[in-house]
Amino acid sequence: MNWLAKLGAVSLQRLRGLGQLTLFVISIFPALGYAFFHIRLVFKQLYFVGVLSLPIILTAGLFVGMVLGLQGHYILSTFNSEEIVGSMTALSLIRELGPVVAALLFAGRAGSALTAEVGLMKSTEQLSALEMMAIDPIKYVVAPRILACIIALPMLALIFIAVGVFGGYLVTVGWLGVDEGAFWAQMQLQVDWQDDVINGFIKAVVFGILIAVISLFQGYEAIPTSEGVSNATTRTVVQSSLWVLGLDFVLTSIMFT
Amino acid sequence: MNRQVKLEIWVGVFVLITMVSIAFIAMKVSNFSQNQDRSTYQVDALFSNVGGLTVRAPVKISGVVVGRVTAISIDPVSYRARVQMTIYSEYDDLPTDTSAMILTSGLLGSQYIGLEVGADDDLLVEGSRIFMTQSALVLENLIGRLLVSLTEGGSK
Repeated sequence: MNWLAKLGAVSLQRLRGLGQLTLFVISIFPALGYAFFHIRLVFKQLYFVGVLSLPIILTAGLFVGMVLGLQGHYILSTFNSEEIVGSMTALSLIRELGPVVAALLFAGRAGSALTAEVGLMKSTEQLSALEMMAIDPIKYVVAPRILACIIALPMLALIFIAVGVFGGYLVTVGWLGVDEGAFWAQMQLQVDWQDDVINGFIKAVVFGILIAVISLFQGYEAIPTSEGVSNATTRTVVQSSLWVLGLDFVLTSIMFT
Repeated sequence: MNRQVKLEIWVGVFVLITMVSIAFIAMKVSNFSQNQDRSTYQVDALFSNVGGLTVRAPVKISGVVVGRVTAISIDPVSYRARVQMTIYSEYDDLPTDTSAMILTSGLLGSQYIGLEVGADDDLLVEGSRIFMTQSALVLENLIGRLLVSLTEGGSK
């Protein structure tokens, strides 16, 4: 009997969480309109989630591109076709690694920070204070952050791709001596503007929405204790990463088949 | 300089870096710069074997890209492969007796269509068909023929 009660309790808890998430998402939509008209609030958040994520994105992009170039050259040189290392690097960055790795880094760098910030606001009763002053915290605190995430992640993914391709160029052309003309020509031959670049961009937008909703929801619904906030931060990173990876498979199977 | 302005400058830098990245991806990495605003006309050709030809493979005259393959299907009447290709409008003075062949760049490279310009007075227009075609070289057939000729040569 005991385990049955436990099962029921867990199911109810999950269902309640799902309901809370739905209500949260619904309440965001009108608030996003408010954020559009108070764009300065969004700029401020864009600085915190976008600009401050730039160093990590630039470094990671450069090294991911360099490793792709090295490995691609290593395997392709056994077939004497080193020239297509350029298109291989560019395609894998644009289609998969750019959006996904940027999203994972973004979840770790910005998503966790947002959860901790909003969770701490809740535990120090700043959100209640805002409500006391008749300011809707969803409008003033949550919506600008969500909008900033949705704008920032696609931008970061594009920067990641560009830096990654440059890293691949540095290693293969600069160091391993692949012909420069063939490197770029093969890349342009293989990478299609609509099929590859636009689809990769759509992926990044979807991941941006996902991470924004997860991190803000976790922060907003965190249990207002120090332990609760730390748990919520952990959950944000874990859930965002898993959802990004899972959804990436679904999107890839829709887009590139 | 107050804090808000400093912050907005940084956001501006962020946007600028993104725009540079987009320009780099569009111009240098992808084919965005090549296929914009180029008017084309469409012709097709029947091949008995297209080998490894793919959609978006280049169409070349003397090695210069003049168009792209847009679709490959089976012609319902003759059961041969029907290859549709678009050719850029600046090359609209190709004679109707131009011949098309499927060639391979390098020994194991990707395949493309090579056009051999003819001498007829009539020109190819939208929707015309190239009648003189030469199929892809299939390595297995080639080896098979080579083996046959070798064994025949040995028996003599």
